[in-house]
Amino acid sequence: MRATPGQTVGPFFHYGLPYDGDRDLVPPGSVGAVRFGGRVLDGTGAGLQDALVEIWQARPDGTVPREPGSLRRDGWTFTGFGRASTGRDGRYAFSTLEPGPTEPGGAAFFAVTVFARGLMDRLFTRAYLPDDAAALAADPLLSSLPEERRSTLVARRDARGLTFDIRLQGADETVFLDLSGYRRP
Amino acid sequence: MNSTPVPAPDLEPQEAISARIAAIEAAHRADGEGRPQPALDYPPYRSSALRHPTKDLHHTDPETIEREAPCFGDRDVDPLEADLTIGGAGEPIGERMIIAGRVTDAEGRPVRRQLVEVWQANAGGRYVHKRDRHPAPLDPNFTGAGRCLTDDDGYYRFQTIKPGPYPWRNHHNAWRPAHIHFSLFGTEFAQRLVTQMYFPGDPLFALDPILRSITDPADRELLVASYDHDLTTHEWATGYRWDIVLGGSRGTLMENEGDEA
Repeated sequence: MRATPGQTVGPFFHYGLPYDGDRDLVPPGSVGAVRFGGRVLDGTGAGLQDALVEIWQARPDGTVPREPGSLRRDGWTFTGFGRASTGRDGRYAFSTLEPGPTEPGGAAFFAVTVFARGLMDRLFTRAYLPDDAAALAADPLLSSLPEERRSTLVARRDARGLTFDIRLQGADETVFLDLSGYRRP
Repeated sequence: MNSTPVPAPDLEPQEAISARIAAIEAAHRADGEGRPQPALDYPPYRSSALRHPTKDLHHTDPETIEREAPCFGDRDVDPLEADLTIGGAGEPIGERMIIAGRVTDAEGRPVRRQLVEVWQANAGGRYVHKRDRHPAPLDPNFTGAGRCLTDDDGYYRFQTIKPGPYPWRNHHNAWRPAHIHFSLFGTEFAQRLVTQMYFPGDPLFALDPILRSITDPADRELLVASYDHDLTTHEWATGYRWDIVLGGSRGTLMENEGDEA
């Protein structure tokens, strides 16, 4: 069967997609909570005020959450899914736990989806945690990229948490992913 | 009083946009076939100019987390959220309608108990959004956002009001065909779909750079619902049917190719 095509999220998603608590996978300031955020930028380096970022991630121990509750969070269940619209300066931020690697010895990352007015279809990317140099060096995706593009997929650790800027276009354009075509086990 | 907005002088005429739409589609056809997914670099939609990646998407095998998807359940969605007509004190204005259909993967397997979100303009073509400046009336009884979970066979169903077409500032005299925005999750991360559903026979189809960014006409057709008299209810609402196929990994396609090799 032919897949239903995507279309831009458009400019008016703000009353349809955001919801209370969408960006707080864990309550900000709770034990283990980290800020994961950054800016979504266009080809001139300007922030997009009408973008939406979603994350989907493992727990810190690398297991995959299979519990509902992302839309009406109870404050105790970690569902692994979050959604954050950007502010006027293009910034987004989540309060979450740091994911662990889902593959033995693998590199840990957030799976990221980006939507925006003017973006014809959603884009997928990954935001890797920067700490495990050996795992990053061995990562199949990162090692398949030219050196200068790898860093676009690695979050920076700073005093506020993890920063991951998403550049839709330009010299430091983020690597966006085609995840189709794997052999289903 | 005439409140028709005066066009900004820098907006291109529809003829120029239509010519570009036709040229891109002809080039894709000469190239073999149209594209089943929207072209990311699509100049007829002005705002895409600085917002499309210039490099090709990079193929990678999904890892464990990407072969799964977030779960949603009864605690996430109230069944009343599937009825967009009951948010106000009175009945919203416009044509009451049912939109329903089935969500499957590319092999036709139902996507069960998964989240469907919708948002749309009201019957006058106006969104409840501070950035919508179209001088059409807001409807105090219609917000235009809804959610539901698919059932055990992958079916979803909403009751709503048929949205109106509305003008936008992409070019001079630009009008979007009436549509409902849909957001869907599948059983794996890469099946995430945000799209727009259109109504059959809309005269604005040919003129719209968002729909036409899908350059294969057969694929565009997949975004058009069909009128379904079995969904229409006696003295109450008209019915439209729209089925959705979440492509995602196309894993089985590769598997079949492997089997044949």
